[in-house]
Amino acid sequence: MHLSFKKLRQTLIVSLIGELDHHNAVTVREEIDRRYSSSGARNLVFNLEKLHFMDSSGLGILIGRYKIVSAMGGKTSIALPSSYTKRLIVLSGIHKIIPVYHSLDEAVGGDRP
Amino acid sequence: MNTAKIEFSSCSENEAFARVAAAAFVAPLDPTVEELSDIKTAVSEAVTNAVIHGYEDSVGKVFMELSISGRLLTIEITDYGRGIADIKKAMTPMYTSKPRLERSGMGFTVMESFMDSLSVKSAVGKGTSVLMTKRIL
Repeated sequence: MHLSFKKLRQTLIVSLIGELDHHNAVTVREEIDRRYSSSGARNLVFNLEKLHFMDSSGLGILIGRYKIVSAMGGKTSIALPSSYTKRLIVLSGIHKIIPVYHSLDEAVGGDRP
Repeated sequence: MNTAKIEFSSCSENEAFARVAAAAFVAPLDPTVEELSDIKTAVSEAVTNAVIHGYEDSVGKVFMELSISGRLLTIEITDYGRGIADIKKAMTPMYTSKPRLERSGMGFTVMESFMDSLSVKSAVGKGTSVLMTKRIL
């Protein structure tokens, strides 16, 4: 599992590359939280384009970050989930609180200069 | 009937090992990408439960038994850990006994949704066994 970060104005984009499960959940969670708090960004976008596997541990990560970002007055979005990851997101109902977009531009969209 | 039995330590590294092994076992049936994803996710959930809840902070043995009969895949994942006192409660969507760990409480719901059948047997202090089947179309 590899994470890459990019800050665009008030939004931190985190790209998850590889497989997200319970084994790497803690590392992923801690790294995202550390980067989010040091970046000074308000919003968080999960770019899932290169996430090849996720189980319910990933859902826990998404909900947990949503809570932190919301507490800071920011918005959380999900971009480019595979059809498979999207099924998991819809099954859990997370898409009702974290919007899912089919492009990164749309996901970052709300944050215009 | 083709069968396999794998025994491994309840280390979290083995969550990936178990789901990849299950995917490899079912490969001769030429499953779709979606069917493979379903199987891998369900196995990942069951093994994660054994690691987190079955053995908690200790390391024990997890057993995965696989069989294919015709086009029916059966997977049984067993641990000899703490067991579950209230299976019905444990299977409730969004319920987690470990909210501190940011668990989503969706493990059993995912297994139920992605496989054709799921049955859970458990006894406190003895362990838990999860039996799942899926017909490969």
